[in-house]
Amino acid sequence: MLVGVVVLFAFHFGADWFARRFHLPLSGPVLGMALLTGALALRGRTPDGLARVSNLLLKAMPLFFIPAGVGVMVLSEQFRAAWLPISAALLGSTLLAMATTAIVMKVVAKHLRRSAAKPRR
Amino acid sequence: MNYLWTTPLPGILVTVLAYALCVRLQRRARGHALVNPVAMAIVLLVVLLAVTKLPYPTYFASARLLHFLLGPATVALAIPLARELPRLRRLLWPIGAGLLAGNLAAACSAIFLSKILGASRQVTLSIAPKSVTTPIAMGISEKIGGLPSLTAVLVITTGVIGAVLGPWFLDQLGIDEPTVRGTAMGVSAHGLGTAAIYQESSEAGAYSGLAMGLSGLITALTLPALVAMFGL
Repeated sequence: MLVGVVVLFAFHFGADWFARRFHLPLSGPVLGMALLTGALALRGRTPDGLARVSNLLLKAMPLFFIPAGVGVMVLSEQFRAAWLPISAALLGSTLLAMATTAIVMKVVAKHLRRSAAKPRR
Repeated sequence: MNYLWTTPLPGILVTVLAYALCVRLQRRARGHALVNPVAMAIVLLVVLLAVTKLPYPTYFASARLLHFLLGPATVALAIPLARELPRLRRLLWPIGAGLLAGNLAAACSAIFLSKILGASRQVTLSIAPKSVTTPIAMGISEKIGGLPSLTAVLVITTGVIGAVLGPWFLDQLGIDEPTVRGTAMGVSAHGLGTAAIYQESSEAGAYSGLAMGLSGLITALTLPALVAMFGL
């Protein structure tokens, strides 16, 4: 499991350095996620310890958002000044994005299934 | 007492306690989606800070270790994602289409709603990248002329909205496939949405993580042009 921790941290720091150094539009952790995915795909199987550490971290992940979330409520003058348009925009836009993604995804998938099922002439 | 707050001990302890309490409350409410432990824990801590007059920077410095773990946890999404890679190949087109449409909808609607409800130009620019994960969103915001600190606030709020209402909303739409649920959560509520949907199923979590990452990239590349189109 210790190896799992090392792997995760190594990819995190490595990717973070890389993203900063080359001014990539991706953040370190996201890039690290991509790189580790690639590495695991090449390797073929995920080491047990790594899988267990990852699951632990991911199960606990909501907890990690809390300190930043508290900051949101406590700080930000601009938010309080324009809270109504901001909240409305956030709510409407978030739900719209969710619905759009889900519906487009289903429609395209169904379309692909239909054309795959069509008998060839 | 004040010395203690210069160590990670009280910050972590009080945060974990708040979260554990709220998780238990959610179990009492039979796991009802709208009773979200994160949102409730945040409110609880805000009240605590107000009542004890503890300054937020002091609390955050003490709880910083938890905040830092967001990085490795994001990297950890690689594990469920790697598991999904074989299945992913079949879903490439639906996911790609969903991502493009969803991100476009998110940015356009955020900008549009913000404008017609009378927010200032800078606020609107800060809202535009709200759908992607915080560090990327802040970078985009800075680039297009918004306020990164405000954007961070908006991104996290979006995440909470998505995490609290998302699963319920997707239920109402009749979307039950983990792959679609995950992708939708990742696009609309990025990190917090991913964390939330991972609790439901690691499969959905994987797709959410993928959607989050790709959305960051897509939005980073397209938002400046989109903003120009809106004449901002």
